[in-house]
Amino acid sequence: MRTVDTIGWVARVLLRHRLRTLLLLLAVSVGVGAVIVLTSLGDSARRYVMDEFRSLGTELLIITPGKSETSGSGPSAFLGATARDLTLEDANALRRSSAIKAVVPMVIGEANMSHGGRNRQAPAVGATSGLLELRHWKLKQGKFLPEGDPERAPAVIVIGEKIRKDLFGAEAAVGNFLRVGDRRFRVIGILATEGRSLGMDVDELVILPVARAMELFDISGLFRIMVEARSRDSLDRAAEESGVILRDRHQGEEDVTIVRQDAVVATFDRVLSALTYTVGGIASISLLVAGILLMNVMLVSVSQRTGEIGLLKAIGSSRRLILTLFLMESGGLAFLGAILGILLGLGMNEVIGAYVPDVTLTPPLWSLIAAPACAFLSGIIFGLMPARRAADLDPVDALAGR
Amino acid sequence: MIEVRGIKRFYQVGDQEVRALDGVSFKIEKGEYVSLMGPSGSGKSTLLHCLGLLDRPTEGHYLIDGRDTVTLNEEEQARTRRERIGFVFQFFHLVSYLTAFENVELPLTLSGVPAAVRRERVEVALKRIGLEDRMDHIPDQLSGGQRQRVAIARAIVTGPTVLLADEPTGNLDRRSGDEVIGLLEELNASGITLVVVTHDTDLGGRARRRLRLADGIVVSDEKEAS
Repeated sequence: MRTVDTIGWVARVLLRHRLRTLLLLLAVSVGVGAVIVLTSLGDSARRYVMDEFRSLGTELLIITPGKSETSGSGPSAFLGATARDLTLEDANALRRSSAIKAVVPMVIGEANMSHGGRNRQAPAVGATSGLLELRHWKLKQGKFLPEGDPERAPAVIVIGEKIRKDLFGAEAAVGNFLRVGDRRFRVIGILATEGRSLGMDVDELVILPVARAMELFDISGLFRIMVEARSRDSLDRAAEESGVILRDRHQGEEDVTIVRQDAVVATFDRVLSALTYTVGGIASISLLVAGILLMNVMLVSVSQRTGEIGLLKAIGSSRRLILTLFLMESGGLAFLGAILGILLGLGMNEVIGAYVPDVTLTPPLWSLIAAPACAFLSGIIFGLMPARRAADLDPVDALAGR
Repeated sequence: MIEVRGIKRFYQVGDQEVRALDGVSFKIEKGEYVSLMGPSGSGKSTLLHCLGLLDRPTEGHYLIDGRDTVTLNEEEQARTRRERIGFVFQFFHLVSYLTAFENVELPLTLSGVPAAVRRERVEVALKRIGLEDRMDHIPDQLSGGQRQRVAIARAIVTGPTVLLADEPTGNLDRRSGDEVIGLLEELNASGITLVVVTHDTDLGGRARRRLRLADGIVVSDEKEAS
């Protein structure tokens, strides 16, 4: 049989059973569409996080106290895991390295703050003047923390927009005083709204000099030290020299953890990619279901068309031709369903994009290829059994309708 | 020319072996008009299926135009069915959603004949059975006699060596039946070998050669001097 006639025959059968065809197309296209939409969500989340990190710069080091170790034995296991504090002096010492451009010591806590009769709870970050640039934040009004010796920083505070609204209302905030815990701080600046930056809502944040924050929270150690290298190329050297400086200061003990921001980015990339694959895998279960449905319908179709198959055999169709016709039918259905599914998935992406303007959903290329390919393959694989059954029908029995 | 040599066909039904054909031999020359008769269970249907390559004999040989078909593989048998054998069934077996034209065209389509050639040959076949004005009708829009004539056109469109008719009038009223028989005999007169399987002695008696089967063997083979 000629290819064009085979396709014509299959098209005719599909058109003849319109409802059946439509329902199967729906099943397959929903499966493909689901895979595309879900992988788009996963991948867009990954790209969003990547972009956020990259906007912070990848030439960052994060130094935290304590060494992450996996060994359960050794002296530390007996001595206990109390790590030495990271101090402001440690942070200052890091500036000696020529590979390092900026050092920002940080502590983070939750503080109760009040002005007039109003008070509220908010996360407070203790930092130095370098934080603004490091985080790429902007000021709406006033100034950021003053430069100079962090130990002797004045009791000033920079607040988020929401904090300003909640505590000061219509009153001018800059220049006014704000009580944080049991201390008074003078408001010197207001952060510009730029939404959420990696889990920290800038609007609901207050920033105060690190030494004042340590007094406020009554802690002796830093939460972390952020280090910015001069360039990407000097990142390795910055990490190495930071390690050496801190080891010297800590009596030769390596009791800090230095994480490169790009390593964090890479980890997030891996985690979110894995998430995308997982979600795609779960969605592809619907493709499997569609495949089983297809097999079911094809089996029914074979038993309904027994007489026709018998006739085709009697007038000269070989086993292989019958097999081809039925495989083309299920494969063709799956193929059309896959195409519709791509359109459906992309359409759904547009709809979601229209409702959530901040999000642009673009499917990863692999899912655009893999989803329809899986659908097509499942059409062939699940079509194989019904097609075999049709091909193996005994023509005499089939003609007799048995 | 077709020839069967010692064909046997046994079935296993439960513990019992059914000897549907138990050694049948004969030869049919080109252009002959043969009827296969016998009571039900005589093996005539099994023989017809073997002659049509729809069933494989357990033993023996079956030659079409000198070529043994028993050794052919499935693919080659299908091709032989397509090219050398034309079937006419009691229940017509037209594809209900195809027009008369498309039903007649079907064997050619399966053979991979190009569309232009198909059209020409289908038109010739339909003209021969006198239904060229009904070619766009689907089977439901045709009378029983017309359907069987379409089925005959489908059987002859490939130019087969032998036309096998299985109770061709069994599902028709007398007039349509006579029409169909007239057409088959006309085709035979123009050179096609015709084998009619029937239990109707009137119909079987019209053939110039009458093979009678009983219990899986040929019990009589009468030839009319022509």
